[in-house]
Amino acid sequence: MIRAILMLCMLSVVALKSHAGFETYEFSSVEGERRYAQLARELRCPTCQNQNISDSDAPLAADLRRELHRMIESQQTDDQILDFMITRYGDFVHYRPRIAPETYLLWYGPIVLMLIGLGVVLVVAKKRKPRQPAQSASSSTKATPSLSEGLTDDERKRLQSLLQQDDQK
Amino acid sequence: MIPELGTFSTILALCLAVILSVVPMVGAYTGNKLWVDYARPLSKGVFFFLSIAMVCLAYAFLTNDFSVVYVANGSNTALPWYFKISAIWGGHEGSLLLWVWIQAVWTLAVAVKSRNLPLDIIGRVLSVMGMITAAFLLFILFTSSPFERFLPGYPMEGADLNPLLQDFGLIVHPPTLYMGYVGLSVAFSFAIAALLSGRLDAAWARWSRPWTNVAWAFLSLGIGLGSWWAYYELGWGGWWFWDPVENASLMPWLVATALIHSLAVTEKRGVFKSWTVLLAISAFCLSLLGTFLVRSGVLTSVHAFATDPERGLFILGMLIFVIGGSLLLYAIRAGSVKSESTFSLSSRESLLLVNNILLTVSCAMVLIGTLYPLVMDALNLGKISVGPPYFNALFVPIMSLMIVFMGIAAVSRWKNTEPSYLVKQLWLPAVLAILAGVISSYAYSGILEFWVTLGLTLAYWIVFSWMRDYWNRARNRDSLWAAVTKQSRSYYGMLLAHLGVAVLVVGVAMVSIFVEHRDARMVAGDQLEFRDYTFIFDGVRKVEGPNYTSDMGRIRVLYKGEPYRIMYPEKRIYTARGMSMTEVALDPGLFRDLYIAMGEELDNGAWAIRLQYKPFVRWLWLGALLMTAGGILSASDKRYRRQNNRAVAAA
Repeated sequence: MIRAILMLCMLSVVALKSHAGFETYEFSSVEGERRYAQLARELRCPTCQNQNISDSDAPLAADLRRELHRMIESQQTDDQILDFMITRYGDFVHYRPRIAPETYLLWYGPIVLMLIGLGVVLVVAKKRKPRQPAQSASSSTKATPSLSEGLTDDERKRLQSLLQQDDQK
Repeated sequence: MIPELGTFSTILALCLAVILSVVPMVGAYTGNKLWVDYARPLSKGVFFFLSIAMVCLAYAFLTNDFSVVYVANGSNTALPWYFKISAIWGGHEGSLLLWVWIQAVWTLAVAVKSRNLPLDIIGRVLSVMGMITAAFLLFILFTSSPFERFLPGYPMEGADLNPLLQDFGLIVHPPTLYMGYVGLSVAFSFAIAALLSGRLDAAWARWSRPWTNVAWAFLSLGIGLGSWWAYYELGWGGWWFWDPVENASLMPWLVATALIHSLAVTEKRGVFKSWTVLLAISAFCLSLLGTFLVRSGVLTSVHAFATDPERGLFILGMLIFVIGGSLLLYAIRAGSVKSESTFSLSSRESLLLVNNILLTVSCAMVLIGTLYPLVMDALNLGKISVGPPYFNALFVPIMSLMIVFMGIAAVSRWKNTEPSYLVKQLWLPAVLAILAGVISSYAYSGILEFWVTLGLTLAYWIVFSWMRDYWNRARNRDSLWAAVTKQSRSYYGMLLAHLGVAVLVVGVAMVSIFVEHRDARMVAGDQLEFRDYTFIFDGVRKVEGPNYTSDMGRIRVLYKGEPYRIMYPEKRIYTARGMSMTEVALDPGLFRDLYIAMGEELDNGAWAIRLQYKPFVRWLWLGALLMTAGGILSASDKRYRRQNNRAVAAA
């Protein structure tokens, strides 16, 4: 369903034309072409539903592409271009939200969660640690010996036969 | 009359679902076997009446009954019959009916397949599933019935199915994805039943494992199909957009992946029980959240077809009830759960805990990124966009870290594994993986691109460390034949799924970095050279389809100067809606796709044409297929059936 919905939306907002809107710009350097492709994917078409200006064929996206091409050809830096776009269209236009107090949670939240997760692993492992570390450490690399600890002879025999059964299956 | 029959049987299904959600549950509490026994026939009844409803809707589509609003909006007399069938789930109302029908399919499957479960458990499980069915049926009947009529004056011709949806992808993608989404309700119901009964033990984990595996397999396949469909249908060759609607399906997948691993630990070692329950609850709640996000229209990015606030409120209410209720139950019951064994920091348990933490953190990250713009907008803090640059920046490192642990966990042992043992086992796979990664990366491109080298190294690391584990298991056997045949199906399933991850990683790294494209202005006779291929444009001719007209380009492709093939990209106008669509021409291959899309007609008979070279793009979906196969193979392991029998004997 996901794509279906995505598509339906684009259709109603994006003019009823084809999708991939593209022109054929010439660049004076390979580097410029690479930056154009990169920035065109990071800039959001302000009038469409969640499309970058590279994929959109809305007239405004075409304008932005032309503008982007012009700015790259006139040797402006990425920061200059982004500043220009954001001043004109707001933060909305850039898919990479800038780091500011209101986006701290967005950028640092997952990192904090990661640290909490690391803490959880350490705490849980400590809590679940075997009571007699010396004993189990010695038997650790070989998987089975610890299995029969604390069993009566009868139980040990039964365990042995069960294990063999399992092997035969 | 047939659509009324559909409404009628939907109502009957609702009645049965309500009885199903009450009677066996009460029976389980009072120990009334007769009442619990009602669970199975009631599940079958719900399935039966919902199937009738589905057939009625299909009939309305096939007979072009445009007096039905939903059919008039989503079909057309010229639509081929198979698209009429898939048009059932082409819109909001019908896709909800599909959702609830699939829920009935899962309920039926649990009712039929779980003969060996203790009766009170099966009664509770089916009851909880009945509640979910009932809630969705209420939603359908009160806010979104697909059987509503245009009366008295109805249109003579339908508006047609959206052309983007007239595709093989629409036939298979939504049902598969829903099988996954809805399948998580089985794990959820088992968890709730276990909480209610207070029997939160290894047996519970064993019962839910095969169901969770199958649901996860469908979810993987559904997401893979969606990505593949977007790739060839949207016309610009992207395969993942980090769109909120995609994230809505990725989040349950991430948590379900964590759940599968956590269930393994609970079953084998009797620890992480309450955590596993929490994951089972979260996975299904995220499915519901996904439904809410998509259906309520809160996503500004995607003004979903349901912008009706009534629907949104209903789903929000249901979401709050389900999440709140199950978490409350969890809070009351989970405290009394005791773990049955111990483990140390360096053990398989701990490593799987790390896996769980990384998966849930990545899911939380996707959730934060998806909801952040909505929340900021709601709080009037301004409109921002959170897109691929954000998600890639955080998701890729988390997943890379997880793959490192994936290899370590492969050879680790339960309870305690000496770090020196891990080093002894893994130094060789690690060295080989780095060498192979660097060599392959260099051999392919002639440079050492960082992300590609990292991706390939990680992929080799998965493969080599799991080979090491396989070798450990196999070498104690008497013969090679015994070594290969004695491993269980669930072990092979696990190998396949992890191999799928490796394949997927290769695809992601290669296609993200080495994709190349050219946008060209071409007139007939023009040619363009690009990556050993020469593309010669022969012009465009008009073609008539059943419900569209098309400008079909003809492009001859030469490989190293030799004729290779002819490709026909199209630009179609669908007549009913006057909508134009790009049909791309693809030359698929295991190591690269050639991808040609037609743009606009320019002046003097020239066309804008986009040519793309997509290395290893097929590996993305190959990886998803391997994961799917792995999930299904492990669910089919005979030990689940055998141990079910044992559980009965013990009960």
